[in-house]
Amino acid sequence: MIPLSWFLLLSAALFSIGLFGVMARKNAVAILLSVELMLNSVNINLVAFWRYGNIAQMSGQVFAIIVFAVAAAEVAVGLALVISVYRRFNTVVADEIDLMKW
Amino acid sequence: MTALQIIFLISAGVILVSAVMVVTTRNMVHAALWLVATLFGVAVIFAVLEAGFLAVVQVVIYIGAIAIMFIFAVMLTSREMRDKGPQMNQRAWLAGIVGVLIFGSLVLLLSTWDGFNVLPSAIGDTDTLKLLGNALLQPSAYLLPFEVASVLLLAALVGAVYVASNRN
Repeated sequence: MIPLSWFLLLSAALFSIGLFGVMARKNAVAILLSVELMLNSVNINLVAFWRYGNIAQMSGQVFAIIVFAVAAAEVAVGLALVISVYRRFNTVVADEIDLMKW
Repeated sequence: MTALQIIFLISAGVILVSAVMVVTTRNMVHAALWLVATLFGVAVIFAVLEAGFLAVVQVVIYIGAIAIMFIFAVMLTSREMRDKGPQMNQRAWLAGIVGVLIFGSLVLLLSTWDGFNVLPSAIGDTDTLKLLGNALLQPSAYLLPFEVASVLLLAALVGAVYVASNRN
């Protein structure tokens, strides 16, 4: 029997690693990869709370599925933007894409 | 220590090590492949949590579609990917401090909560997959959010095709 705390600690650690990646990486694709890590940690949390709560109440799994759909949408739009930016500026380094910087 | 706990610890180790590799490795193709390892670990965690359908969906959608799309994007934008200057910001140490702080405060906050060490109730012979299907397709449950999510996905894909298309 695994206590709930193990899952929560795992997902907290995974979320923190993803957060570090989002803030520290320069490459725009790497930032999207880190966002995927954070979304996965959220999914672990949702499914763990489903399992340790009321089994008949499926909210946790349903929300995990919706997170899947939103993650797919986010990756599609994000990578399309990265490819479009790469075509125009010939770089994917987030610091150098500063057209809208005041 | 039971077999389930050992499986959990092994997959948690795989998840955390490969997640650290995702955010630190220089070669972006390697980062995408480490992400695949992380996603496999999460699928194992779903199986440990007795959410078998989500474990399969994790492998099919995350690894089969999203990770492969990342690899495509990395290869389409590969000119600047490898070993040219630092891969981290100058203020990456600040990001590290923020990450550690967030983790520490999450652990502190959770450890004060009563339900932190709760043990799971037995699933028995409940058909959770049937419950999930019913929940997704019943108007009184989650039919509307499910359909909104699918419309969102369609709109995002149309938008992605528009943004990425070469109009010249």
